[in-house]
Amino acid sequence: MSEQTSANDLFEPGEYKYGFVTDIESDVAPPGLNEGIIRFISAKKEEPEFMLEWRLKAFRAWEKMVKDEGSPAWAHVKFPPIDYQAISYYAAPGKKKQLNSLDEVDPELLATFEKLGIPLEEQKMLTGVAVDAVFDSVSVATTFKEKLYEAGVIFCSFSEAVKTHPELIKKYLGTVVPVTDNYFAALNSAVFTDGSFCYVPKGVRCPMELSTYFRINTANTGQFERTLIVAEEGAHVSYLEGCTAPMRDENQLHAAVVELIAADDAGIKYSTVQNWYPGDKEGKGGIYNFVTKRGKCADRAKISWTQVETGSAITWKYPSVILQGEDSVGEFYSVAVTNNYQQADTGTKMVHLGKNSKSTIISKGISAGHGQNSYRGLVQMNPKAAGARNYSQCDSLLIGDKCGAHTFPYIDVRNDSGQVEHEASTSKIGEDQIFYCKQRGLSEEDAVSMIVNGFCKAVFKELPMEFAVEAQKLLNVTLEGAIG
Amino acid sequence: MLVIKDLHAEVEGKKILNGIDLELAVGQVHAVMGPNGSGKSTLASVLVGRELFKVTKGSVTYDGHNLLAMEPEVRAREGVFLSFQYPVEIPGVSTSYFLRSALNAVRKQRGESELDAMDFIQMSKEKAKLVELPAALLSRSINEGFSGGEKKRNEIFQMAMLEPRLAILDETDSGLDVDALRVVANGVNALRSPDRAMLIITHYQRLLDYIVPDKTHVLVGGRIVKSGGADLAREVEERGYRWIEEEVGAASV
Ligand SMILES: Nc1ncnc2c1ncn2[C@@H]1O[C@H](COP(=O)(O)OP(=O)(O)OP(=O)(O)O)[C@@H](O)[C@H]1O
Ligand SMILES: [Mg+2]
Repeated sequence: MSEQTSANDLFEPGEYKYGFVTDIESDVAPPGLNEGIIRFISAKKEEPEFMLEWRLKAFRAWEKMVKDEGSPAWAHVKFPPIDYQAISYYAAPGKKKQLNSLDEVDPELLATFEKLGIPLEEQKMLTGVAVDAVFDSVSVATTFKEKLYEAGVIFCSFSEAVKTHPELIKKYLGTVVPVTDNYFAALNSAVFTDGSFCYVPKGVRCPMELSTYFRINTANTGQFERTLIVAEEGAHVSYLEGCTAPMRDENQLHAAVVELIAADDAGIKYSTVQNWYPGDKEGKGGIYNFVTKRGKCADRAKISWTQVETGSAITWKYPSVILQGEDSVGEFYSVAVTNNYQQADTGTKMVHLGKNSKSTIISKGISAGHGQNSYRGLVQMNPKAAGARNYSQCDSLLIGDKCGAHTFPYIDVRNDSGQVEHEASTSKIGEDQIFYCKQRGLSEEDAVSMIVNGFCKAVFKELPMEFAVEAQKLLNVTLEGAIG
Repeated sequence: MLVIKDLHAEVEGKKILNGIDLELAVGQVHAVMGPNGSGKSTLASVLVGRELFKVTKGSVTYDGHNLLAMEPEVRAREGVFLSFQYPVEIPGVSTSYFLRSALNAVRKQRGESELDAMDFIQMSKEKAKLVELPAALLSRSINEGFSGGEKKRNEIFQMAMLEPRLAILDETDSGLDVDALRVVANGVNALRSPDRAMLIITHYQRLLDYIVPDKTHVLVGGRIVKSGGADLAREVEERGYRWIEEEVGAASV
């Protein structure tokens, strides 16, 4: 078998730093990270040579970072050191256990689905229950694909794109987030197993919200996800990742990379609803979510990030925009919630390079329980970015008195005509506000949810309609029992 | 309808109410006056169940039920309404959304069906007219950026929407210009009904010129020291509280 041979060829003596040999036939890589594993992943995925080279470059960069500085320590989060040699970096897809009915699912999880209003068929898909023939997700997905194909939009898994459109991957991969960018990005670049690729050709407006697709086709892309979205000149696309349903995963560490490229006059709207398992009430368990997201805007292009972060034990994420083009626009709308012992250090970077480029930052942090919530944002205006403008608004809402909110705004203006406007506020959800609602007949829970949703309104209105409603419910579920 | 007996209450360990006795029959309107800090707002707060205020002695019955044992939201749904002296702002929550949720909570308690959006809009248009509240305010966040007068009018508007059985108005007239005062008073008068009782806390006779109370009580040092008819309010306006305090002082020696 040729696959067998080629894979074996990769494992030359001397490469096995840790005396490690993996059978290419095996479905799971043994724990550990070394060049052999990278070659194994690349071979498993039948990648072209350039991809392997690219991964190896990333791996070497990461190794150097490990040696030089170790895991980054500047974020306002605390966690025990991660043993990268204890993680297995590859498992064949489709290994999720199939269940026969929803009766086999954790009742607590079902109760949460109920509160979020997730349709029954979707609940089944999310928990791995065999789906009824009536709701054939494959055929729905196929219909979407056909529609996209007609419009000329390429939308597929990253692995597929590497095979079918290697020239596009080669041209764009790593052009926004280089392999050496940061510790977690380097790690992701070395070992990522899958993700999504989207390419919208010149002048095309993607005929549907790409969220719709995800609603019924939640692929298990693993812990190192890679997303690349390219909108050519004048193209437009709206993409939604994640869903409000709680997501569990045996892997504690998640380090994704998302790259967006908006050519002249293009527009990319990227929305995220993140609800990874946050750990229990005492703060045990929970996902570490270390994400690098960045977009690049050419002339008059616009990139808009909207995120609702409610899950994960630790969130470390700064969706950013490099405003390269003249009159380009970057936006960041964020709601980040920390309850119990969750920690979030999130924000954005707006790097203004182009003349008259414009950015808007609206960040809403909510802390409850012992949650720690930090906003970290950089607004940089370079000498050439004459007439650049930024408006930032960072509001924090505290529920209870054991939680914390922190704001770290960095402003760096290197020209005379740049304008930065920054507003920040920290407020406690007022006993008087809650009482006012109660005096009108509302329960405490409804009062809190109304006040919190009001606080987040400016962000929710940026979400695709159907998700805005779900995001509100999600917020309520996340903050349940946070008061009283 | 409302029977208050020997009510004592404190806030943060400080005694504020020192034995209030008051009976308010259905269909009646009573005025409560008294110097600053005498405990008028505290009385209102105790009646609506604000946790900060601790009842240390006495009882309050509402329609024969122990009012003090009810949760604040239950009191509200049972028809107890407070027009706040200082209405709070809730950013991002539109007045109409808020009020519709409140109205439906109250209607549910009354065994009525939820109002749909169309009926709600119709009803709020009518009631907003009553207090000449510009419709544009309804789509704005509750009280956020409202002028002092708009906030007070918004309270009466909410009262008109929720149709309470017991309405407590805490200085709804303060901060209103003469025209607004007339508008608010007309609104209140329109809601006067044989099925409804009102407790009106005020410093000024001018409100009582419009809303003539069945009875007036004067609260001093956390006690009702004098009760009378509509004339008592006028007397207070003319002579202040000193003479009443002296009268009481003389009596208690
Ligand atoms: N939260 C609180 N903490 C401490 N003291 C309080 C609190 N609320 C009220 N008080 C005190 O209780 C007393 C009575 O206050 P209250 O607001 O009931 O007076 P009032 O009669 O309504 O006065 P005004 O005419 O000025 O509105 C005052 O001395 C006030 O300082
Ligand atoms: Mg008062």
